[in-house]
Amino acid sequence: MEKSKTLEQVENQFEMFQIMNEDGEIVNEEAMPELSDDELKELMKRMVYTRIWDQRAISLNRQGRLGFYAPVAGQEASMIGSQYALDEKDWILPGYRDIPQIVYHGVSLEQAFLWSRGHFQGGQMPEGVNVMMPQIIIGAQITQTAGVALGLKRKQKDNVAITYTGDGGASQGDFYEGINFAGAYNAPGIFVVQNNQFAISVPVEKQSAAETIAQKAVAAGIHGVQVDGMDILAVLAATHEARKRGLEGNGPSLIETVCFRYGPHTMAGDDPTRYRSSETEDEWEKKDPLVRFRKYLENKGLWSEEAENETVEQAKEDIKDAIKKADGAPKQKVTDLMDLMYEEMPQNLKEQYEEFEAKESK
Amino acid sequence: MAQMTMIQAITDAMRNELKNDENVLVFGEDVGQNGGVFRATEGLQQEFGEERVFDTPLAESGIGGMSAGLSVTGFRPVMEIQFFGFVFETMDAVVAQMARMRYRSGGHYHSPVTIRSPFGGGVKTPELHADSLEGLMAQSPGVHVVIPSTPYDAKGLLISAIRDNDPVVYLEHMKLYRSFREEVPEEEYTIPLGKADVKREGKDLTIVTYGAMVHTSLKAAEQLEKEGYDAEVIDLRTVSPLDVDTIINSVEKTNRAIVVQEAQKQAGVAANVVAEINDRAILSLEAPVVRVTAPDTVFPFAAAEDVWLPDYKDVVEKAKQVLEF
Repeated sequence: MEKSKTLEQVENQFEMFQIMNEDGEIVNEEAMPELSDDELKELMKRMVYTRIWDQRAISLNRQGRLGFYAPVAGQEASMIGSQYALDEKDWILPGYRDIPQIVYHGVSLEQAFLWSRGHFQGGQMPEGVNVMMPQIIIGAQITQTAGVALGLKRKQKDNVAITYTGDGGASQGDFYEGINFAGAYNAPGIFVVQNNQFAISVPVEKQSAAETIAQKAVAAGIHGVQVDGMDILAVLAATHEARKRGLEGNGPSLIETVCFRYGPHTMAGDDPTRYRSSETEDEWEKKDPLVRFRKYLENKGLWSEEAENETVEQAKEDIKDAIKKADGAPKQKVTDLMDLMYEEMPQNLKEQYEEFEAKESK
Repeated sequence: MAQMTMIQAITDAMRNELKNDENVLVFGEDVGQNGGVFRATEGLQQEFGEERVFDTPLAESGIGGMSAGLSVTGFRPVMEIQFFGFVFETMDAVVAQMARMRYRSGGHYHSPVTIRSPFGGGVKTPELHADSLEGLMAQSPGVHVVIPSTPYDAKGLLISAIRDNDPVVYLEHMKLYRSFREEVPEEEYTIPLGKADVKREGKDLTIVTYGAMVHTSLKAAEQLEKEGYDAEVIDLRTVSPLDVDTIINSVEKTNRAIVVQEAQKQAGVAANVVAEINDRAILSLEAPVVRVTAPDTVFPFAAAEDVWLPDYKDVVEKAKQVLEF
């Protein structure tokens, strides 16, 4: 397809933002976020921890000790870098893959595991932790984020709402409506599209003829930026800037993080070898966010094998502990589910409650 | 007391709640400066400001999603869907999101949202304005579905709907907006959700109905009276969940029942009412419970409304079948 000049001009506005290259070298010094040595180490810890957690979750799922699970390996920079830029009172509206972000925002691993298994306690977000339950309907979190962001603005809070979807999700009507509403109300929303190249088996090229997802921001009249999603410093800096823009009354932002999931789409039987070549996988292996950030920190003398092993052991221990705790959750009863429907139980449910209560007490 | 049309009673209820609770927000397409396409929100933006009563972009799904988001930040949204035929655009936001908010968060969040929307035939609207789609909502756990038929009920039910801490779909029949006036108290009052109302007492037959068909049924009851039959007319007011007690008490007294709805036979809530009566009062029945409904076609082209919509003669005919079974 021959591109018009107008289209080329638009695309040129969305060059990829990167701070650190694949060798862990800083290539954009002036955009470098201000981070202390401890903070830099913390970011690395979280990425290593999350990689181990992902490996363990896949294995626990295979053993039948976890239920629904959407792998995250490869997306650590995109997930952790963006969450780290938030204030603890900011709101997160995650998609189904975005469990790490809500865990680092205050949800326990035990709860994340209960959510995976399908237990109502997995959705009972801790008091004061501003996160929604992982959203299964792709796009619904986007329009809801417009509402949360408007709510924060109307309540004059110094906080933003951030949400995540994937490259496939950017094709949904709710994606466009959400960013457009946030734009029309000048609401402090951050819309992150984690472009991991595939929506299950469908490559991003089949979602849209648009060269970038970031340029879809133009349709809403809002700021858009494409970021190297395997570069945690760039993701963090872009999110930090988007947050500032929102709080200063300059409206919402769309951030496209270009990344890759090394694993399958979910653990429910997806087999990536059916739709991905090994060349593609090798190419993305070289971009591993952990590898390049490790190099960067090692060069600065901030990371060692010892620190890495310590983190790995800690992750394994925490996961074992959390699974044990999740095992201890009470079995769900139908009467529990009925209790959760309304503030005041209507006539039909009251009647059914009595039936099930009798059944359960047998 | 004041003489009000149903639309005035609806505006009055919203004004009352905007005054009563600063978290109440009223929004939708053209509800602000314009005061709504039916004047339901007339004067509210002028009185309460643009922060409380405002227009939205033209996107029903966005309106629904925004309501869900506003509700978890502590607001009490009263959103409008301009015509209920447009609900398909926002089905996910209503039945898959707000209706499930309390449940899927294990009670941590809830969505105190009222979804106001006009519907109903008899006023020759263009396509997909008048369709009766309450049946779709009634099948969705987590919402109440309210359909008033009088100005008095409209105000008390809308105040209750707005105050309810779970989502309420509140459907306003367009033909009833200005068809008659009624005494409506100027002060606030509530009518409980989930409670039917006996609009006419009788001993020979129970007519269970809602919306515009309440008036059709009352007219039919007058005709039946001339023919020597005394019909009781129950206005469901809330079509989901059903007020089973009021229905069954009436059927146990009259031993005969029909259910009247404007929706197609395969839609609406009439089949639910019949099933509840069969489950609970079959030994009281002297005849099968039959339904008066529209035919199972797409809602008619405007010029065909008169031959398609159920009218009082259809009610009289079915009532006599049951009375003379």
